[in-house]
Amino acid sequence: MSHQSTYKPGSAIERWLDRRLPIIRFSADFMEFPTPKNLNYWWTFGAILAVCLVIQIITGVVLAMHYTPEKNLAFDSVEHIMRDVNYGWLMRYVHANGASMFFLAVYIHMFRGLYYGSYKEPREMVWILGVVIFLLMMATAFMGYVLPWGQMSFWGATVITNFFTAFPIVGEPIKTLLLGGPSVDNATLNRFFSLHYLLPFAIFGVVAIHIWAFHTSGNNNPTGVEVKDVKKDTLPFHPYYTVKDGFAIAVFMLLLAAFVFFNPNGLGHPDNYKPADPLVTPPHIVPEWYFLPFYAILRAITFNIGPITSKLGGVIAMFSSIMVLFVLPWLDTSKVRSMRYRPVAQLWFVLFVIACVWLGYLGGQPAEGVFVIQAQIATAYYFAFFLIILPLLGVFEKAKPLPKSIADSVLKHDKPTATPIAQAAE
Amino acid sequence: MSATDNSHGAEPTRRDFIHILALATTAVGAAGAVVPLVQQMNPDASVLALSTKEVDLSSLEVGQAIKVMWQGKPVFIRRRTAEEIETSEDTPLSDLKDPIARNDNIAANADAEDKNRVINPQYIVVVGVCTHLGCVPLGTSPGEVRGDYGGWFCPCHGSHYDNSGRIRKGPAPQNLEVPKYVFVTDSSIRVG
Amino acid sequence: MQMKTILRPLIAASVAFAAAGAAHASSAKVEEYKAIDWSFNGAFGSYDKESVQRGFQVYKTVCASCHAVEQLSFRNLGDKGGPFHLDKCPEGVPAGTDCSTPGSNPIVKAIAAEYQITDGPDDSGDMFQRPGLPSDKFPRPFANPQQARAANGGALPPNLALVIKARHDGPDYVYSLLTGYEEAPASVQLSPTQHYNPYFTGDMSQLLKPEYRNAEGHPLDGVEVPLGGVLAMASPLSDGVVDYADEHVPETVDQYAKDVVQFLTWASEPKMEERKSLGVVTMGYLLILTLILFFSYRAIWSKVEH
Repeated sequence: MSHQSTYKPGSAIERWLDRRLPIIRFSADFMEFPTPKNLNYWWTFGAILAVCLVIQIITGVVLAMHYTPEKNLAFDSVEHIMRDVNYGWLMRYVHANGASMFFLAVYIHMFRGLYYGSYKEPREMVWILGVVIFLLMMATAFMGYVLPWGQMSFWGATVITNFFTAFPIVGEPIKTLLLGGPSVDNATLNRFFSLHYLLPFAIFGVVAIHIWAFHTSGNNNPTGVEVKDVKKDTLPFHPYYTVKDGFAIAVFMLLLAAFVFFNPNGLGHPDNYKPADPLVTPPHIVPEWYFLPFYAILRAITFNIGPITSKLGGVIAMFSSIMVLFVLPWLDTSKVRSMRYRPVAQLWFVLFVIACVWLGYLGGQPAEGVFVIQAQIATAYYFAFFLIILPLLGVFEKAKPLPKSIADSVLKHDKPTATPIAQAAE
Repeated sequence: MSATDNSHGAEPTRRDFIHILALATTAVGAAGAVVPLVQQMNPDASVLALSTKEVDLSSLEVGQAIKVMWQGKPVFIRRRTAEEIETSEDTPLSDLKDPIARNDNIAANADAEDKNRVINPQYIVVVGVCTHLGCVPLGTSPGEVRGDYGGWFCPCHGSHYDNSGRIRKGPAPQNLEVPKYVFVTDSSIRVG
Repeated sequence: MQMKTILRPLIAASVAFAAAGAAHASSAKVEEYKAIDWSFNGAFGSYDKESVQRGFQVYKTVCASCHAVEQLSFRNLGDKGGPFHLDKCPEGVPAGTDCSTPGSNPIVKAIAAEYQITDGPDDSGDMFQRPGLPSDKFPRPFANPQQARAANGGALPPNLALVIKARHDGPDYVYSLLTGYEEAPASVQLSPTQHYNPYFTGDMSQLLKPEYRNAEGHPLDGVEVPLGGVLAMASPLSDGVVDYADEHVPETVDQYAKDVVQFLTWASEPKMEERKSLGVVTMGYLLILTLILFFSYRAIWSKVEH
C-alpha cells in the first residue's frame, strides 16, 4: 500500500535538505504509513524481532571487544568476560539468552505468517526474504555457539559440518573447505568468528528489504482482506502501532530479563562449561533448543531410499524442510488468505504446530525406539502439510464468507460469526 | 490523536500525561542500559589487579638505570651518582622549561626543584614516556644517547631531559611524570 | 483481555522451555540427587559467606592437591561478593590503604603469599619462584593434563572452578557425590583403584561378577544392575579432616560437603549476587514500564473501533 507522501517541509533548511536527501520525508512517511487497524498482538513480533536484532548486535560488538578467537584462549576469554570485565556477565548472558528469544520470536512470527496467509500474492517476496533472514539467523547462531569453545561448541561444529560429507564426491572437499583443515580446529574458530561478526549486518540489510517489501504491498491483516479504503481501514503507524509494539516489546523484555537474571544457563547445556576436548565426545550431543526440530528431521531418516543412504537422506530432509518454505507461496492454492475463514485448514495448521513442537521434543531425546517412529511420523506430516495438504485444501475446501472490508470486520467484531480460534488469536 | 496534537505545540493536557510518562520511562531505561555498555570499556578487574608493581633495587649499581613495565608503560629508575645529584640540585628554576614538579606523590603545583622530583635523592623514578607525543626516550641502557643534559633524550623529535627527568630543550612541554610510588624497604619500591 | 492474550503464548513458551530443559537431563541411571535447600537458590538467594570461607578451607586442605581452580585468581577472594571481601580495613593496616580493593586486602595478600608462584624469566633467562600476589592465578597442582593423569591412575581430576555449572544440578550433584560414597554391592567386583558411588555416571553392568552375567557379558535375567558408577577418586572427606576455627560448626563430612559446594558455586558464578540484585531492579522497572505503556496504548486506541 505505497501511499502519497504527506510531508511538507516546514522551514528553509528542511526544504533545502528535502531536495538533496529526503531523509525527513522518508522518516515521516514511515511513521505515517497506513497500517490496517485490525492487527492483533501476533503482529507485534516484527517489532520485537527488530529489537532482538539490535540487542544482539550491540551486545555482540561489546563481547567481541573482550573475546579472543584462538583455540587455547577462547574458553578462558569467555570466562574473563564473565569474571573480570565490567558487566561482562550481563553482556554475555543477554547475548546468549537473546539468541534464544530471537528464535522464539521468529518462530511465532513465521507461524503467524503461515496462519494468516501473509506469504500469498502480492507478498511472496516478503515471505521469501523472511526465509532468507531465518537461514542467515541459523548460520549466525550456529557459528556463535562455536565461539565459547566448550565441549558442545566443538562437537556441535563437528557434527554439523559432517552433514556435508553425506553428499557424494563434493561432500568431503566442502567440509574441508568450511573447516580449513581435516577437523574442527583453530582455523575453523577464526573463520566462524569472522563470519559470526559479519552475518548480523547481512541480516540487518535483508531486514531492511523485508520491510521495504511489505511497505510496498502493505501489511497483511487478520482478515486477509486487502485495504479498500485507507481512511476507514487503516491507521497511521505512529502512534497507534508504535505504542502497541512498544507495549509488546516491554512484555517480551520481561521474559528475556527473567532468563538473563534468574536462570541464565537454563537454556544452555552444562557441557559447554567444559573446554573443548577433541579426544572426548560428550555422551549426549544436542543442539540448542531452537535447532531441535531440524535435528529430529535429520535423525528421522534411518532407512536407505534406493541409492540415497540414510545419512544423505537425513541431510536432504533437513535442508528440504527449510527449502520448502521458499516455494510455499506457490504450494498453497487457496485464494483465501487468512485461515480465520478456513475452518478445515485451521485444524491442519494446529496439527502442524503440534508436529513442529513435537519434533523439537524428539530432537532432544535419544534417537532410539519409539522416538524414531514418532519423529518419522512428525516429519512425514511436516512435509505433507506443505506438499499435499495445502495444495489440495485450496481445491476442495469451502471457505467461510469473507468480510467486505477490514472496517466491516472490525464493526462485526463481537458478533458470534467469528470462529473460536480467530477470537483466541485476537 | 493526543500524542500527535501534542507535537503541534498545544499545551499538554492531562490525557497526554500518560504518553509523556511512557516516553520518559523508556528514556530512563535506555539511559540505564547505556551504563553497562560504557562501563565495560573501562579497565577490567584483571587489569586493575596489575596496577601496582614492586621493583627490587638492591642489584642496581650507582650510575646504572633500569627500565620496568608498569601498566603497559616503561618506568625508568636511575641510581644517580653524587655528581649527578649535585648538578640536578644546583640547577636554578629559571633554567627550566617546565617549572612544575609533575610528581604524583606531592601537590600538583609544587615547583620542579630536584627535591620535589624524588623521594630518596639517590633514585630518580620517572614514567618513560616523552611528554611531547609519547615516544620512549633513550638513555636508560648503557651506551644510549643521554642528550645534552646527561639525562634522557627522545629520538622522535629531539627532546632533552636532565638527570631529574626535567625537560631542558626540544618540543616536549612538560617534565617526565613521576609516578606514585613508595619505598617498601630501603632498596625496593612499589610503583602505583 | 489483550494483556492476557499476549501473555498466554509467552507463558506457554516458558513452560515448553522448562520441559525442554528437563528433556536435556541425563538418562544415565544414577541415584536421584539429594535436594538441598541451598542459601543461593531462588531469585533472592545469596551465598552464605562464612560457609564459602570454610569451603575454601576445605578446598585448600583436601581438594587442591589434585584439582585446579583454573579460572580463579587470589584477588577473586577479595572481590565484592567474594568470601574475604572487606569493606573496612582491620586494625594494623597502614592508614590510607583501601582494603575493599582485592589487591590491598590483607587477608587475600596473606593467602596469596602462602603459595609459591613460578615467575620469569629473570635477567639471566631462568624461571624463578616467588611468593604469590593477589593478581596471580591459583597455581595448578599439575603442570599439564598428562602429568595429572599419570599421578591419578589415568583419571583426570576436573577443574573445579566451573564444575558446578558444568554438571546438571551442579550443587546437588557435587554434594550427593561427596556424601554418597558407599560400600559396593556384593554383586560387583571392583579393582582397588575403583570407588563405587551411586551418584556417579557409569555403567555398573560391566563390573558385575561373572556369575551374574551371561556368555555375552550382559546381566542375567533378574539380576539388578546397581545404580551409579565407579570413579578413581576415593571418598575425599572424612569427619574431622579439616579443622574449623569456629567450634560451633560441626566437623563432619556433611558440613564439609555443604561448605565446599558453597565455595565451588561461588567460584563458578562469582557475580550471582550482583546479577540477582540487578535483576530485581530491572524486572521492577520493566513491570512499571509495561504498565505505563499499556495505559498509554489504551488511551491512544480508546477512540478507535478495532
